[in-house]
Amino acid sequence: MAWFVFILLAVLTIGGALGVVVSRNVVHAALSLLVSLIAVAGVYLVLFAEFLALVQVLIYGGAIIIVLMFAVMLTRNADYPRITDNKQWPLAALAAIAFLGVIAPSFIYDRVENTQSQNASFTGIGESLFTTWAVPFEIASLVLLIAVIGAIIIARSDEEES
Amino acid sequence: MVDLVWFQLLSAVLFVIGLYGVMARRSAVLIVMSIELMLNAVNINLIAAASHMEGTGKFTDFDGQLIAIFIITVAAAEVGLALAIILRMFRNKSTVNVNEINLMKW
Repeated sequence: MAWFVFILLAVLTIGGALGVVVSRNVVHAALSLLVSLIAVAGVYLVLFAEFLALVQVLIYGGAIIIVLMFAVMLTRNADYPRITDNKQWPLAALAAIAFLGVIAPSFIYDRVENTQSQNASFTGIGESLFTTWAVPFEIASLVLLIAVIGAIIIARSDEEES
Repeated sequence: MVDLVWFQLLSAVLFVIGLYGVMARRSAVLIVMSIELMLNAVNINLIAAASHMEGTGKFTDFDGQLIAIFIITVAAAEVGLALAIILRMFRNKSTVNVNEINLMKW
């Protein structure tokens, strides 16, 4: 059963990802990305990471896709149908496949002994986040604050700057 | 029970697809989408390792999941900033084609 669900989710994930890099329409690419991200949330569920699945659906499936759609909408112009791939795409495909040829055998030949995957409880994650990982957590909030301020400063229009 | 190696291979394939997208696409928005794919591949790898190696002494509990939470945080910040930069780029050059953004190219 776990195998069936995993294979289904893997096909959806990789299919969506291929849709992102192959599609000629930017909106279709964004929708393929949504399929891929939701399937990744399913993969987290197969791994018993319920909290991460929830976060994935909320943040990636909700917020990030919306922001990307805004980017598509606000930069719409006549050359979207023409913008597809670089001339260097065969080279890029070759480099990507070569990279896969390096990392996939390294995963296959250096296998980790398998233990039963376990359920990470919400309370355990919360305790760990606010004790062991408290300082990175604060730094992450600072990163978000700086990113928001930076985004506002970069994106505001020229008239407001004077 | 699905072995850890299958999750690792899934994440490797997803990462490579994202890498191809970053190198081959011309629209800045599509490049950001490909970067999201790569971040997701890393997250799958971390969470799979965390849930399969718990209790083997290689990981303390939940570390992989917590690092994945931080990666998601950074990804959210990155997409917000990327939207701002793409908007500024579009306003200045009225294109999102990265081949035409060559002001600083030697």
